[in-house]
Amino acid sequence: MKKVSVTTAIMVMTFVSLSAMSCKDSKKEHSVDAMHSEMNHDEVMNHDNLNTPNDVVDYNVQTSDAKQVMSDYMTLKEALVATNKEDAAKAGKKLESSLKSFDVSKYTAEQQKELKDIIADAIEHAEHIGKSEMDHQREHFKTLSKDIIDMVAITGTENTLYQQFCPMYDGGSAWLSMSKDIKNPYYGSKMMSCGKVQKEIN
Amino acid sequence: MKIVKIIALILLVAFVGIQFVPTELNQSDVVPKTDFLLVNNPPENISTLLQESCYDCHSNNTSYPWYNKMQPVAWFLEGHIKEGKAELNFSEWDSLSNRRKASKLNSIIKQVESDEMPLSSYTLIHKEARFSEEEKTIIIQWITLLDDSL
Repeated sequence: MKKVSVTTAIMVMTFVSLSAMSCKDSKKEHSVDAMHSEMNHDEVMNHDNLNTPNDVVDYNVQTSDAKQVMSDYMTLKEALVATNKEDAAKAGKKLESSLKSFDVSKYTAEQQKELKDIIADAIEHAEHIGKSEMDHQREHFKTLSKDIIDMVAITGTENTLYQQFCPMYDGGSAWLSMSKDIKNPYYGSKMMSCGKVQKEIN
Repeated sequence: MKIVKIIALILLVAFVGIQFVPTELNQSDVVPKTDFLLVNNPPENISTLLQESCYDCHSNNTSYPWYNKMQPVAWFLEGHIKEGKAELNFSEWDSLSNRRKASKLNSIIKQVESDEMPLSSYTLIHKEARFSEEEKTIIIQWITLLDDSL
């Protein structure tokens, strides 16, 4: 009988100390994550520096970072068109990390300022899409799309993009697509063809 | 019976023990120049609503309830306030760019509209923080106006 009570006591104490420790661990992981993303950032920067000399600035060529962001955005858009919450969350997280490693050093000072602002805003929306329900994901996608549209105005694009617009969702909402056909990311199958091409971006 | 006593004793020791773990208080005497209410100067009723329902977790100054003196309540509140301020800090409002401001205002409208904010765990105790339908309407109207003026 005594043994049982001692064992129970030990178990309780272990539980308490373990839960206290696990709190600390999760904090640690977080900071390791932050370091990791910074490291990635450095890698990307070095990589770019090796391939293109810094003084050559060609605004007509979309950088690899800008291309990656656009490709992640399109993956996210497809997931929303398909009304697939899990895929959209995954794409949101991917986009978040691509945005975080976006190297803006090749742009003019003014463009850098604008880009940093756009990226900071877009990161927040991508982050929320990574952890939200479908209707929230779509809400954030609306503002995210505005950010990405403004971003393309600075970075340019190699592929032709179509800016599309659905007047019904939240007082009118735009998005970008690689194809002319309308596939509505705000409604999915509920109203797949709602919208029109607003602008062609080359 | 003996086991129950031992467990009770251990829980008591643990409870007393955690009372000594300090938490950081989110309090400040100064209203910074970047404060939302200071910068935007809303009408009195809006200002009161925002202070009563939002400022405890979304500013640098929380008015704490008495039970915040007790763990693990203090941890729980500290976590909420940290998360709340990371999402939106009214005290640092004016340090945001217009793009970020517009984003935040949009989110405020969506959160209030869908009753997600103020949090139900908060309004459970702070009854005055709950928005009536009428209050919701005037808040959303005013925030929309501010959004349009950006």
